[in-house]
Amino acid sequence: MSIANSDLVLYGGLVLLIISAVLVLVFALLRKEFPYTLRDIPTFARLRRAIGLAIEDGSRVHFSIGRGGLNMPWSAAAFVGLATVRRVSELTSVSDRPSVVTSGDGALNILSQDTLKASYVAAVAPERYDASMGQVTGLTPFSFAAGAIPVMRDENISTNVIVGHFGLEVALMADAAERQDNFTMVASDNIPAQAVLFAAGSNPLIGEELYAVGAYVQAGAVHTASLRVQDLLRWALIVAIVVGAVLKLVGIL
Amino acid sequence: MGAHRCYCGWRSVEAGGDFVRILTTFFLAIIAITSGVVVLLGYFLPGIPLFAALRTAFLNWVMILAAMAVFVGIANLFSVHFQKLKIKKDAAYSVILLIFLAGTFILGLIVTPAGPAMDFLFSSIQIPIETSLLALLAVSLLYATIRLLRWRANFMSITFIITALIIFLGTAPLPFIGPLPFFSDWLRPIIVQVPAAAGARGILLGVALGTLMTGLRILFGADRPYGGK
Repeated sequence: MSIANSDLVLYGGLVLLIISAVLVLVFALLRKEFPYTLRDIPTFARLRRAIGLAIEDGSRVHFSIGRGGLNMPWSAAAFVGLATVRRVSELTSVSDRPSVVTSGDGALNILSQDTLKASYVAAVAPERYDASMGQVTGLTPFSFAAGAIPVMRDENISTNVIVGHFGLEVALMADAAERQDNFTMVASDNIPAQAVLFAAGSNPLIGEELYAVGAYVQAGAVHTASLRVQDLLRWALIVAIVVGAVLKLVGIL
Repeated sequence: MGAHRCYCGWRSVEAGGDFVRILTTFFLAIIAITSGVVVLLGYFLPGIPLFAALRTAFLNWVMILAAMAVFVGIANLFSVHFQKLKIKKDAAYSVILLIFLAGTFILGLIVTPAGPAMDFLFSSIQIPIETSLLALLAVSLLYATIRLLRWRANFMSITFIITALIIFLGTAPLPFIGPLPFFSDWLRPIIVQVPAAAGARGILLGVALGTLMTGLRILFGADRPYGGK
């Protein structure tokens, strides 16, 4: 009995999921026995400094978490944006002005408001939460960008964290942020957006660095463990591709 | 003593609030994790009718909720710009947005979104504005590319600019000269089909792994976009 190709993909996916889940749990539980050193990414060091300065001078941190709908394949980037909001807004909760979050999707806006509220509750400052700080600025790509730019300009922003699913319109946002001379960290899961951000942003995250944000902002042990598993799986993939290419070259595959 | 009693009362109210919050967070996490696991089981075990039916039902609910969330998003947009009217600065933009938002909404209710009036609004206002912003993006990127050398004058930036220049020369014919065969027939296809395609696939594989890990973190309850910690 032969297994159909689609079944092979399905069972392969299931095995990959189970192995990944077990590894994440193991690395999270044994983090003290097997400590993991994150490689140095200068953007995150600059982000930490910018957050400190924002708290010191009482300015605002602006998060933009993009247009990733929750029922779309790119929702993962939006969830990374939300995890960043959760951690960084908790750190900046002592600042004079609360953080502001812009998004281009209704569901994401509801979640951003909830995440902001959870951050202030965790920081024992629930009275500082303001629902109007979670804003939808537009529901189409360029209307979203056009709506987010005045927020960067008018709300006494000193730090922009633009992390989520964006298209080419993110270049306009990055350019506007740079013109304000603010620190701006930009990351998207979209390849054309990454290409334009390399040119338009002073602190872009390229490739899968977007998914490492949680580990670098110290969002929790599971974030670090998942990044470690992600690195392991990437090496496994590289080995598989090279071995596959060699086998194909010698005529075995 | 009185102050002490007041303090105890305040603490008990706060403790009660904390208890309700913890309970709510706990149940939200249970619902989210169970839903995620059921949808995954429905995907990986299509032979079990219960999981397949639950998966379809859950995904249908998501569609309905997402559609409702769009409406909530528009309400938020309206509310934010309504509040901006009080600030006065740039209030004119907010007034225009509110008038057109209300006008389009009412027109949509009367003539339905498939009506010719809505089609006219979309193709005569929305599309030209978005296209002009795209054109603005081209100018903005040109300036950003020049600025890039000031920010990061390193090997990667120089490679980026040279590659972009080669792709431009291979794509757009020059005035009075026409296409440059060396760039359009030889160099551009090599760059697009070999290093660019390989890099894009590498990034896509990385994005897929990152997506898998993000999903796992939500299934473990480590990431809770629905609030709580």
